[in-house]
Amino acid sequence: MSRKVILCRCEDVTLADVQRAVKLGYADLEEVKRYTGFGTGPCQGKECLREVACAVAQASGRDPATLAPFTSRPPLSPTALGVLAGPARK
Amino acid sequence: MTSSDRSPSPRADVVVIGAGVMGLAIAYNLAARGCKRIVVLDQHYLAWGASGRNGGGVRQQWSTEMNVRLMQESMEICAHFAEEMGINVWMRRGGYLFLARTDAAATRLARNVALQNRCDLPTRMISPAEAQALVPELETAPFVGACYNATDGIVFPWPFLWGYARAAQKRGVIIRTGTAVTAIDRRGDDFQIATAAGTLTAGRVICAAGAWSPRIARLCGGTLPDRPVRHEILSTEPLKPFLKPMVSVIETGLYVSQSLRGELVGGVSLPEEPNPDGEVRLGSRLAFLTTMARGLTEIMPRLAQVKVVRQWAGPYDVSPDGDPIVGELPGVPGFYVVCGFGGHGFMMAPVVARHYAAYLCGEAPHPFFEAWRADRFAAGGTPSPHREEMTIG
Ligand SMILES: Cc1cc2nc3c(=O)[nH]c(=O)nc-3n(C[C@H](O)[C@H](O)[C@H](O)COP(=O)(O)OP(=O)(O)OC[C@H]3O[C@@H](n4cnc5c(N)ncnc54)[C@H](O)[C@@H]3O)c2cc1C
Repeated sequence: MSRKVILCRCEDVTLADVQRAVKLGYADLEEVKRYTGFGTGPCQGKECLREVACAVAQASGRDPATLAPFTSRPPLSPTALGVLAGPARK
Repeated sequence: MTSSDRSPSPRADVVVIGAGVMGLAIAYNLAARGCKRIVVLDQHYLAWGASGRNGGGVRQQWSTEMNVRLMQESMEICAHFAEEMGINVWMRRGGYLFLARTDAAATRLARNVALQNRCDLPTRMISPAEAQALVPELETAPFVGACYNATDGIVFPWPFLWGYARAAQKRGVIIRTGTAVTAIDRRGDDFQIATAAGTLTAGRVICAAGAWSPRIARLCGGTLPDRPVRHEILSTEPLKPFLKPMVSVIETGLYVSQSLRGELVGGVSLPEEPNPDGEVRLGSRLAFLTTMARGLTEIMPRLAQVKVVRQWAGPYDVSPDGDPIVGELPGVPGFYVVCGFGGHGFMMAPVVARHYAAYLCGEAPHPFFEAWRADRFAAGGTPSPHREEMTIG
């Protein structure tokens, strides 16, 4: 496959990046997330987690069912600081 | 990262417990000095602990001469790390700007700046207006004074771990992730270290388990007085570069910087929660998000539009006097600790590990071994002479 296959569109992580991470021994999604940065952009993995998991399973020969997703972090969707701060208190 | 490292290694000279920045940096420094048969064990994966959850701030502005000088040396190591280890650590030296809301805090800053200048650090006291010249988005009204050192900065923490791990492995160090230590027994002069993947024998044990260190010490009958304190942090959507220095407010413990990826990364202190069992708690709380959002939009109102994409938590590993705890644990010869680094253990690890390895190889110990000795908390112990006051959080 071409090296230009992009799996994580927020952070421009390609299939080749993920394969390289697996080759270096990072075989869990948490580790691959840290090594490649996938899933750390505005969508927080909502679009790419599945695709990256499949790529990791394929590259590592692991059964996809044994790959746990990475811990999802709040907020559920990007939220403006002004909203979180609430109305000005002056 | 170490599926290939599962080969049994029944006897090691040194077993390091914890593959955070401390454990990996000490293992690397020992190996670089020619030490052999070093095994590093971690219950999870690299960057799972505090070393993978921190803000990446590296600064030399401290209130004790020893810490200023240690961090000057550590900055040098950081500045050459990428080149020497062949890995990009995204270091950006945009300086550190400390802001004081009260005269008392400004006075303390001025005293520390004088000390830092004596150590040849170019820190200077500046007015809120001058601070605003550095950070145009800054609201000056809440502040009475500030100090700025242009040579401080930030790094991206994860590649430090990969860099140290890779360089250590190249020199023969075995790193086993996913391998929790469950028991430690004494056999004569040796330690028997039980893990889910088998038992290891070691001549010396280095406990580099950060906030989990008291538990590891208990496994071999020792006690450590540090406690885990949950500290939360967030990151925003990426923005065009606009924020040069790391900005920190003394009174609230708020800090924020812009990473080379463009995201704002920052945290703030919340009141310490009661935690009698010493549990390491890693959950995220809404209270942090709202406190941080109020703090940030108060000092930089324009950030109200900026979106938070992620929040997470990590443990500060806090000793009773706020200074670290290093050296051989009293009553457990051969068992060495390196913990209690609170919110600044990442930046200190490169220099602390360098001197720790020298000490383990029999060289004269760096003075921090005296200042940060474990028995200072024991009955009749001598307290640390110059307590560090420039800690955040
Ligand atoms: C939110 C936050 C922000 C911070 N910001 C900064 C900053 O800007 N600058 C800075 O310098 N410092 C900062 N710090 C502090 C810094 O992260 C820590 O001081 C440093 O990472 C500690 O490194 P360590 O290697 O000692 O511990 P850790 O990185 O926590 O590593 C300890 C390791 O021990 C392992 N372990 C525990 N128990 C066992 C067991 N039974 N068996 C095997 N392994 C075990 C854990 O899995 C873990 O990987 C921050 C901390 C937090 C939480």
